[in-house]
Amino acid sequence: MADHKRIDEVTGTATSGHEWDGIEELDTPMPRWWLWSLYASIVWAIVYVILYPAWPMIHGATEGVLGWTSRGQLEAEMQADAKRRAPVVSAIGATAIADLPAKPELMQAAVQGGAAAFRVHCVQCHGAGGAGVPKLYPSLTDDDWLWGGDLPTIEYTITHGIRNPDHDATRTSQMPAFGRDGILDARQIADVVSFVRAISHQEKPSASSIRGAAVFEANCAVCHGPAGEGGRAVGAPKLADAIWLYGGDRASITATVTQPRNGVMPRWNSRLDPVTIKMLAAYVYSLGGGEKAPVEAVPAAEGEGQGTNGQD
Amino acid sequence: MARTDHPGEPPASLYEARKGVYPKKVDGPFRRFKWAIMAVTLAIYYGTPWIRWDRGPHAPDQAVLIDLANRRFYMFQIEIWPHEFYYVAGLLIMAGIGLFLVTSAVGRAWCGYACPQTVWTDLFQHVDRLVDGDRNAQIRLANGRWTAEKIGKRALKYAIYLTIAFWTGGAWIMYFADAPTLTQDFWSGQAAPVAYVTVAVLTATTFVLGGFLREQVCIYMCPWPRIQTAMMDEKSLLVTYKDWRGEPRGSVKTAEKNPGAFGDCVDCNQCVAVCPTGIDIREGPQIGCITCALCIDACDSVMAQVGRPRGLIDYCTLDDAETEKAGGVAPPIRKTLFRPRTLIYSGLWGAIGLAMLFTLGQRTRLDLAVQHERSPLYVQLSDGAIRNNYTLKLRNMELRPRPVEIVVSGLPGARLWIDGGSRETARQSLRMPLAPDSVTSARLFVVAPGAGPVRQDFTITVRALDDEPHRDSETIQFDRPGTQP
Repeated sequence: MADHKRIDEVTGTATSGHEWDGIEELDTPMPRWWLWSLYASIVWAIVYVILYPAWPMIHGATEGVLGWTSRGQLEAEMQADAKRRAPVVSAIGATAIADLPAKPELMQAAVQGGAAAFRVHCVQCHGAGGAGVPKLYPSLTDDDWLWGGDLPTIEYTITHGIRNPDHDATRTSQMPAFGRDGILDARQIADVVSFVRAISHQEKPSASSIRGAAVFEANCAVCHGPAGEGGRAVGAPKLADAIWLYGGDRASITATVTQPRNGVMPRWNSRLDPVTIKMLAAYVYSLGGGEKAPVEAVPAAEGEGQGTNGQD
Repeated sequence: MARTDHPGEPPASLYEARKGVYPKKVDGPFRRFKWAIMAVTLAIYYGTPWIRWDRGPHAPDQAVLIDLANRRFYMFQIEIWPHEFYYVAGLLIMAGIGLFLVTSAVGRAWCGYACPQTVWTDLFQHVDRLVDGDRNAQIRLANGRWTAEKIGKRALKYAIYLTIAFWTGGAWIMYFADAPTLTQDFWSGQAAPVAYVTVAVLTATTFVLGGFLREQVCIYMCPWPRIQTAMMDEKSLLVTYKDWRGEPRGSVKTAEKNPGAFGDCVDCNQCVAVCPTGIDIREGPQIGCITCALCIDACDSVMAQVGRPRGLIDYCTLDDAETEKAGGVAPPIRKTLFRPRTLIYSGLWGAIGLAMLFTLGQRTRLDLAVQHERSPLYVQLSDGAIRNNYTLKLRNMELRPRPVEIVVSGLPGARLWIDGGSRETARQSLRMPLAPDSVTSARLFVVAPGAGPVRQDFTITVRALDDEPHRDSETIQFDRPGTQP
């Protein structure tokens, strides 16, 4: 191709020797500033390669003389963020959990921090948004609580967990295995199931449920209450309502009475710091089922149904 | 165009050094028009941030302000929120159609008169003439040795360049913050780092692009010339050298000796001398031509001196060039300006503008956005009722605080509360105050009886409780357990 190079008469510029259907390409030189920009870019690239990790090797990449890594940068940013959040975090730590709602800004920060921690530690069982899993893990968004739904109680439950064999302060409830251990016979179980379904308005009272009332009173009322209103002191669920952790149909209740499932929740004081637990409690409380603490010094002066508002 | 060191041989170097452009001073109607455009555009650019506009206590009093931190765009009486960004999109569409319209009618008028690169290059070339003198003095100085005078003039010239460049960068940041405050902060070292960086970058780019690169930007860097050709047709105006009238060239004396043998062009090269991009328009239409028409002014004044009719170089369409070449008379320019293509563009442009003005006049400054929380979709309550949760965003775009009421309708037996409340305090409607010029978000809990359709549409309405009856509502679903039939 070099043979065909020639000077274009019109422009006086050399051609590159390329020709397509009679159209020739001019070998126009680059402007000087353009070339210098290119050289500057090359110098920049070389400097960059020396300063920063660049060449991929078999294990990792060249390190660069600045010693910069993206992990190191993340670490530094995390530390800076922890420092930034420190005043709020220590303020939450210094506030008793029952007093948090009186400080809306702290409460809001705690709810947001709790939401983040919830996504890491809790969603595996309780689901995104705390919806729970039917027949496995309780919903945290409803108004039904085994142990209580006010802030200090939720904090206690998270801190000490449920049925942790290594921990004295853990919450434990023991529903006897009435069927497996032969405490009740099959007919008694069928009767008491009829009774429970009657008080929760799933069945009309029947001869079976009337017989079951006596069974209930003798075996169940001590924990679940005479009318099935539940007992939070021992974590006994309310039976006269519409919420059934392990199912409210006849087969499910029968299974529960025969051989109860004793759900386990880890105690989080062995893994999380008290402030994180406090924030988790605030988040769970905010999901819609939060209850006022049972003992209040002053009778609650109820609001007008007017909410406060947060701005973004 | 590239040149070889010796015609007939390949270039000795891969570099092409910039060929200096020293445009000569010229006067004429197009030059005066260009002065006017320059004065208006620079005045708008430097002056706009300093116009004040009283909006009351809850908003800044700068007439044109892009408030990135608070996500507001103020333009005189108009306040644009981020969700109203379609107004900006509309302006961009109008700008696009405006470009089609202008380019199809009068060619590269944007390049020649209004493009910032052109305006600042023009300004800097005027500084050159002020400090160094006109074309010949500039060339002499550029080629001359470095004497004290040359060093002094260069220093003065670059100092003026830098001042203009700094002022240009400084004006830019004024659009993004309150101008008087920012000026004070800037000089006392209190302004945000981004302000200093922006000024530094814009000073540097103005200095380099306006002071040195100039026509190189138009020829090598700018994509417009490539794109604009696609918007032009045979009826678009171009700066045209009428070679059928001018050729062959000959000086006045030569022409007198050989009457009839020469055209009107006296080969005085004034059209080349005044060109800000350094091209020779007599070589025909080319990418370096920004149609600023200074060559027309120069040629017309020479034609007047030698007693020949003006318009040897003139705005002319390709169609008219053909007509004149064939000996005909081109129709007046206004006929090429008003033709179906330009009228359709004008109509579209005007229609979009009117539609935007109309919607601006109609918009309500209270806005509700509702999102149904999906995790969980519904919550079973112990008494059999069902609760759904919603995230509300309430925009109070008025510059005053407003109390509002939130009501649900179409959901029998529904009760509601928002964060901080509880089921005991739930009611059919709730009231809350909205801060001025702000977005308030709230979590809305709605409880309804458990018996009902699996999916039910209902309406959430927000209603202003002050003197103006603004309201906004949104229809959204209420979900209950069960499967969709």
